[in-house]
Amino acid sequence: MSISIREGWTVLHGMLFGAAFLLAFAGGLAGLYSLRPDWVTVDGIKERMFRLKAGMWSMALIAWATVISGTFIVYPWYRAQDPTSARSILLANPATAEWHKFGMEWKEHVGWLAPIAATVVAFAVTYYGPALAKKVGERRVLMIFFVVAFATAAIAGMFGAFINKVAPVR
Amino acid sequence: MTTNAPTRTQDLPNGPVVAALVAGGLGATTIGLMTVLAEASEPIKNALNWWNPAGPLTGKSLVGVIVFFVSWVVLHVIFRGKNANFARAATIALILLGLGLLGTFPPFFTLFAAE
Repeated sequence: MSISIREGWTVLHGMLFGAAFLLAFAGGLAGLYSLRPDWVTVDGIKERMFRLKAGMWSMALIAWATVISGTFIVYPWYRAQDPTSARSILLANPATAEWHKFGMEWKEHVGWLAPIAATVVAFAVTYYGPALAKKVGERRVLMIFFVVAFATAAIAGMFGAFINKVAPVR
Repeated sequence: MTTNAPTRTQDLPNGPVVAALVAGGLGATTIGLMTVLAEASEPIKNALNWWNPAGPLTGKSLVGVIVFFVSWVVLHVIFRGKNANFARAATIALILLGLGLLGTFPPFFTLFAAE
């Protein structure tokens, strides 16, 4: 039972960073959605603000770690010019070429929107604090940003998993 | 976009959040725009190749990240302590975010592929 350094980084990038971000999303969205003065007491809002701020900043940091490790550590192995690289293997076969031309091309670009959107949400939650509960419009827009952060990370994560299944980075 | 200064100290001005939202939209749009431009022009694609092992993705993503943080600082200074028209700012931010999503979608950016 062994794992190469490249496989280890791929696991760290996708299974730990990426999956942690996606798993935390439901909790974050529920926290934002239910932050309403008619649903939660004043003490309840104060109590959950710490968790919400910590959760949002953790997600933003994890999203940055995911795209940075993906672009600067895993991606160079994927796109290496030698014929044994994952990219070369996918493009050599017309039946798998679309995994690169569509899947990887989408994943590598759209994934970078996730940390930007997540950072904006984390900042706004921290800035407003408990006052966010009374700001319906602001909370709605932040939830859209948060959903976009999740959707872009999910697209990147899903294609990453499929592509690594068809042509693993080794 | 600025309307008035806050009158109550307990009512936080929305300027800093507006700045962050619009900056986020600008960063996203920039990544989309860089993706389209790199597809359309070989010289631009080469210019965005900041680190050869990862290719032009380095330039496309880092230009977007730089635009995000620099525009955030600039907008934050402009809107700090002020209230802005949130509906208008949010609409702009969401349109910019949408443009970023569009620009990074392969069937869209390959429409601009250089021959």
